[in-house]
Amino acid sequence: MSQKELLKVKNLKQYFPIKGGILGRTVNNVKAVDDISFTVHEGETVSVVGESGCGKSTTGRAILRLDNPTDGTVEFDGINLLDLNKKEMRKMRKDMQIIFQDPYASLNPRQTVRETLREAMAIQGVVPKEERADRIAELLETVGLQPYHADRYPHEFSGGQRQRIGIARALSVDPKLIVCDEAVSALDVSIQAQVLNLLKKFQKEMNLTYLFISHDLGVVRHISDRVIVMYLGKIVEVGDKKSIFENPQHPYTKALLSAIPVPDPDHDKDRIFLQGDVPSPIDPPTGCRFHTRCPFATERCKEETPELRSTGYMAEGHQGACHYMELIESGEHQPTRETSKVRQLSEEPERV
Amino acid sequence: MANQNIEQNTEIELQTEHKKPSPLKDFYKRLKKNKAALIGFYTIVFLSIVSIVGPFLLKMDPSDVDVINKFSRPSTEHWFGTDHMGRDIFTRIVYGMKYTLGVGFGSVFLGAIMGVPLGIVAGYYGGRIDNFIMRLIDILLAFPGILLALAIVSILGGSLVNVTIAVAIYAIPGFARIVRGSTLAAKKLEYVDAIRALGSSDFRIIFKHILPNVSSPVIVNATLYIASAILTAAGLSFLGMGAQPPMPEWGAMLNDGRDYIFDAGYIAFFPGMAIVIVVLAFNIFGDGLRDALDPKLKN
Repeated sequence: MSQKELLKVKNLKQYFPIKGGILGRTVNNVKAVDDISFTVHEGETVSVVGESGCGKSTTGRAILRLDNPTDGTVEFDGINLLDLNKKEMRKMRKDMQIIFQDPYASLNPRQTVRETLREAMAIQGVVPKEERADRIAELLETVGLQPYHADRYPHEFSGGQRQRIGIARALSVDPKLIVCDEAVSALDVSIQAQVLNLLKKFQKEMNLTYLFISHDLGVVRHISDRVIVMYLGKIVEVGDKKSIFENPQHPYTKALLSAIPVPDPDHDKDRIFLQGDVPSPIDPPTGCRFHTRCPFATERCKEETPELRSTGYMAEGHQGACHYMELIESGEHQPTRETSKVRQLSEEPERV
Repeated sequence: MANQNIEQNTEIELQTEHKKPSPLKDFYKRLKKNKAALIGFYTIVFLSIVSIVGPFLLKMDPSDVDVINKFSRPSTEHWFGTDHMGRDIFTRIVYGMKYTLGVGFGSVFLGAIMGVPLGIVAGYYGGRIDNFIMRLIDILLAFPGILLALAIVSILGGSLVNVTIAVAIYAIPGFARIVRGSTLAAKKLEYVDAIRALGSSDFRIIFKHILPNVSSPVIVNATLYIASAILTAAGLSFLGMGAQPPMPEWGAMLNDGRDYIFDAGYIAFFPGMAIVIVVLAFNIFGDGLRDALDPKLKN
């Protein structure tokens, strides 16, 4: 990618303290995001995928400083956001917006659509007062609503329409980056497609950059340029969409991808069922965090933390964090523990 | 042309139909479902009107001493009888209504003005600020209400205004705690995050997006607290710490009747009954209000 780096996240850590005792001292930390680094280029869509609790949403919130990250840097357009004070940050927020998962909770039920949008513009002072009414009508039309919808309250809309209002609100300040935090997960499939296509259209028209947080691999495949796979607060694999979906290297990514439903009842399920539960992020496993569930885990995985790295046969920009990527690929390293390939009826293993 | 105008008009009417029903109408509709609360509501309205209009309709003065007619039993002339100085008890109760309601509303209003901001600041900012404010509130809460009020009145001196202040101080913890809880819930709402992501100031978030979420529990708490404020104020006056004679305050009147309770029970009975009715009215109204304002029970 020759394009400009818009967002550069370096060694980002987000720990949530667990307070205990009478004095309310920090007893331990939930290591929601633990030392992750990645770059997002201008105009591309980068998806962050992983199962619930792996820190994808936390990453999005930390970048926007909705939570204050524990450590690391978040460079946006060359400026480290974590160094800014509250006032400077408020100005920067014009360039980065967020669309939330729950269209029912993300709009103030007491405000009409017009009030919501007008407030967004007033906060950043983007549009002169006299022109705001026209801009509201224009925004509503761009997201596929009618201008007369402006005087309705959120409860008068359907979920998909509300999500469009959420998008209109994010667009109202002309941002460069939009974090879509599970933006379509709460919508049904036909509406999902509409909203996704709408997002794609805006990307082309306004040169928007998306950080798309999702657990739905079908959606991710549809919209992303690049994909980041997270597990328990760490990035396990990153690469462009094609290499991740067609040539996954990390055992976790393989298991994740094998869980995508195939619309064919006779399809031979070559699925990898992982054993056990996701360990607690309060006390994550040592070494490779996936070693407790990885079919290929060895003693080395328990001790050494694998770094993101590339091997000769991987596409440019495709990196995985596993000690045995090459050996697994060549078949030299065989699974060290059973993975049930067929689902057992008596004891249903954890699906990924 | 005219036709077009009509069309436009109907369109405007159709649009206004989508507007939310007026919150007051909506509220009354829901309050109506609870008969007890409605009775409480009407009693409060009736008593408020009496306290304002009543004094203009009565012939007698609450402080008129009529020694010849002292201790007269309830009759057509003196509806509730007269006390040990021959003062008409009915007149005194009507005149005393405004003091009772005034102390109730005044102290709760003062308490809310101090308690609500404390609760919001504690809940919104959290951390050390929260800890500091809430420990102060805990200290205040550790005193039994009437004892705290007694201590404050003994410092400030006995008068109805000081009783109001004392009861208001006692009301602060209740408001602060309720508001803090609601603020904690409200600041986690996604739309608050969205506004924060837009770069809004804390001031705007608190006033436009958190305060409306906090207002229902505050109103309910205030209504219920008025009842106990009236009781505390009457209690203090009964102990001689509040209203000073000859002010026709109900608690003080109870105290007047205390010495004659076996011979002329009506002197204490009527002011006592008045207190019971007012407190009961506020209590059942407050309970109904809680249901009416609960957004979860909407529709």
